[in-house]
Amino acid sequence: MASVPARRAVARRRRPGVTGGRLSEGLYVPGRSPVHRLPPHVKLVCLLGFVLGVVATPRDQVWAFGLHAAALAGVVALARLRPALVLRRAVVEAPVVVFAVALPFVAAGERVALPLAPGWAVPVTVAGVLGAVNVLAKATLGVVAAVVLAATTRPTEIVAALSRLRVPATFVAILHFMIVYVEVVVADLRRMRIAREARGFRARHAGHVPVLARSAAALFVRAYERGERVHQAMIARGWTGVLPAATTAGPLAGDAPAAGPGAGAAAWARAAVLPLAAVAVAAASLAAGDATAWRPGA
Amino acid sequence: MSAPVVVPSAVVPPAGQPPEVAPPAVEVRGLAFAYPDGRQVLFGVDLVVAVGERVAVLGPNGAGKTTLVLHLNGILGRAAGSTSAGEVRILGAPVTRATVAEVRRRVGLVFQDPDDQLFMPTVRQDVAFGPANEGLRGAALEARVRRALDRAGVADLADRAPHHLSFGQRRRVAVATVLATDCRVLVLDEPTSNLDPVSRRELGEVLDDLAMTTLVVTHDLPFALAACERSVILDAGRVVADGPTRELLADSDLLARHRLELPDGFDAARARGPAAR
Repeated sequence: MASVPARRAVARRRRPGVTGGRLSEGLYVPGRSPVHRLPPHVKLVCLLGFVLGVVATPRDQVWAFGLHAAALAGVVALARLRPALVLRRAVVEAPVVVFAVALPFVAAGERVALPLAPGWAVPVTVAGVLGAVNVLAKATLGVVAAVVLAATTRPTEIVAALSRLRVPATFVAILHFMIVYVEVVVADLRRMRIAREARGFRARHAGHVPVLARSAAALFVRAYERGERVHQAMIARGWTGVLPAATTAGPLAGDAPAAGPGAGAAAWARAAVLPLAAVAVAAASLAAGDATAWRPGA
Repeated sequence: MSAPVVVPSAVVPPAGQPPEVAPPAVEVRGLAFAYPDGRQVLFGVDLVVAVGERVAVLGPNGAGKTTLVLHLNGILGRAAGSTSAGEVRILGAPVTRATVAEVRRRVGLVFQDPDDQLFMPTVRQDVAFGPANEGLRGAALEARVRRALDRAGVADLADRAPHHLSFGQRRRVAVATVLATDCRVLVLDEPTSNLDPVSRRELGEVLDDLAMTTLVVTHDLPFALAACERSVILDAGRVVADGPTRELLADSDLLARHRLELPDGFDAARARGPAAR
């Protein structure tokens, strides 16, 4: 097992921005924060708990989403992640945002005038606005929480955590292969692009789509054939259909999380603060749901 | 076939114990094979490799070298239910569905592209993959892994990610992953492709130090000369020549007939062979 100083050296060497980051390191931001040090499977369970709490919060209790966001902001600060980085990565929810922004205009129901500028008001539906706020708030909270997990946990640790949480071995193996081979496939893709450009091709307009489509098809075939060769190579080493546990966990795993594989009660207790808070807020907002009501323009 | 059924473990000698009357390490008789699309690649290959021998299988691209290799541990052939004729025996045991697991422990294949072979997050875990499939655990597994890493000269890379290593390092790690299975016969498919001269020499030294039954499939003739006393030439799915590597490489007509060529200015008579080291 790698000693702690050795791991630190590795972390320094792989700091994104210096080396450009490695694909197999995913979105991981090296660090020693309390969030980084939590066992990965504990973090995964907490993420799930938090998201369930957020989703269970009724949409008309806007204050509750504020509390969720505050708790999550606290975790971001505790993980010593730069807010700008977290927000930049949260851009993956852009399609959801587009959908949410469109919702007030296209939803059916009672319409009110929403003043956008002096003398210019747009008719929107109350249900649509509520829906948009609901979708936006829940998606953003979920995405940011996932971004925090990805930034504080290596992809290989997440895979090991899934296997620890008794996720079926086949799913874990598929994820594992994806993480390992995405780098190989992306390198293939890069070489194909460079080879295209070396022959004077640059995708500039829609007319070039067939070329890109053929490249994608070639890439698929190559990846598929590589899959077959990998399978042969595994069979040659006596593979029987399951990844032997000894190679994915235990003393051979040089990449073991700092807190060790056996998460103590203390780690669980520390980590449970976020999901418990989310569930508490959800419960409170459900209880308050009948007492207050959200009104547009109030 | 009317031959008596033999239990494979009685035929394959246990590790580290030389058999009384040594059956050949590899025995291929009349092996023919066609891919499911009908393309026939092997047309009756005969090849016998004695225990401890190092043999190069030379041949141009498309000669059927890789197809032959995949028969040696039952990935192709009758054990895999594909269309082959002829017989493959490893240390006396025929490669059949019943013996294939044992055969795969005996024959270690190093594939042409290390990226196909290495798939675990760290070198150590990858090297542990084979023995763990055998059921090894704990200290025994660690000892096996450490020994394989040492023999392939990659002990210092144990905790690195295979896909971040240089090509030469990856090749040697691939050799380590196969050595860890405690195989008796090492088979390398185009081991020098994409290697720089230093990595190529280092790989040759690793093979020298291993001193085990080795089959090197290649069209790199100088490497074959440096690594193997004996060579066979495979062309169009048949063995067309068999003899000491130096003699075969000195016969330029033979080489030319089978689309093989030495580098310009290379003198097979003067170059160092495996005995010279």
